[in-house]
Amino acid sequence: MNLIKYLFVGFFFGIVLTKAEAVSWYRIYEMFQFQSFHMYGIIMTAIATGLIGVQIIKRNKLKDIDGKPIYIEDKEKGNVRYWIGGILFGLGWAMVGACPGPIFILLGSGFLSVSLILLGAILGTFLYGVFKDRLPH
Amino acid sequence: MDFLTHTWHWSVAGFLIALVMLLLNYFGKVFGMSSNLRSLCAMTGVGKKVSFFDWDWKSQRWNLVVVLGAMIGGYVAVHFLSDVSNVSINPKTIQQLSAMGIDPPNGKLLPNTLFGNQIFESPQMIVILLVGGLLIGFGSRYAGGCTSGHAIAGMSNLQFPSLKAVIGFFIGGLIMSHYILPLLF
Repeated sequence: MNLIKYLFVGFFFGIVLTKAEAVSWYRIYEMFQFQSFHMYGIIMTAIATGLIGVQIIKRNKLKDIDGKPIYIEDKEKGNVRYWIGGILFGLGWAMVGACPGPIFILLGSGFLSVSLILLGAILGTFLYGVFKDRLPH
Repeated sequence: MDFLTHTWHWSVAGFLIALVMLLLNYFGKVFGMSSNLRSLCAMTGVGKKVSFFDWDWKSQRWNLVVVLGAMIGGYVAVHFLSDVSNVSINPKTIQQLSAMGIDPPNGKLLPNTLFGNQIFESPQMIVILLVGGLLIGFGSRYAGGCTSGHAIAGMSNLQFPSLKAVIGFFIGGLIMSHYILPLLF
């Protein structure tokens, strides 16, 4: 398996998110206070570009690198999991100003304190795994 | 080289993030960062006790490599592509933060008040970061994705569940930012 291309994609992703300051606690706070368009602009441009790209893939039935048709799976149907899970995630996102991608990027950048967020996030993931079958989805 | 060190415009950044997602689609994969947290759990062998982690995490090795690359990218961007002009947020935001006792950016990505190494001596700050992480980990797995998987990949693919999750992200974020953070600082 050729993994090196993923290293390059990740490297690029890390640079982009850092230079766009999407990894910045300040930018997330500013976004939730509606005091800047910056983060909204990033998210909306990404969705608009992605939407066009996905439509091109689907309409032209493009193939992936291995020659297989590109298939993007639909998300599972549900309500509770998206609303409650989403709200819990949002609380954490605004609290520490980082989502999973930036947690790793900031850690790589040398912010030692972010390891506490990662520790919490791994623990949170673990707890979900433990209680999964008892939660409404 | 100014364009490299200055803050990248939102339109450039948004376009490039979508490019990352589409590139992963071309590699036959799906963009999503929080699933790596599940891989990290599964790697510890905890799958023997909790069935949610009894799954072939090795098939997700590619995503862990993306993360590794992203960490290196972050290091390079912070140490070689930074400028004091960075993170020039709204002056009103700076004022608001200063009233809460949170230091202004002056070019740095994170406030010292929350992320400086002195926080390791503050039980309150340690708890804040741990609980924040806990909510992120639990919430993203419950919702089946985070900002990358739902807000970018899901919305690009017109997924209704992702829209619900993203609205949830913002409900939670607004509650935290407007009503809970002011109580914590």
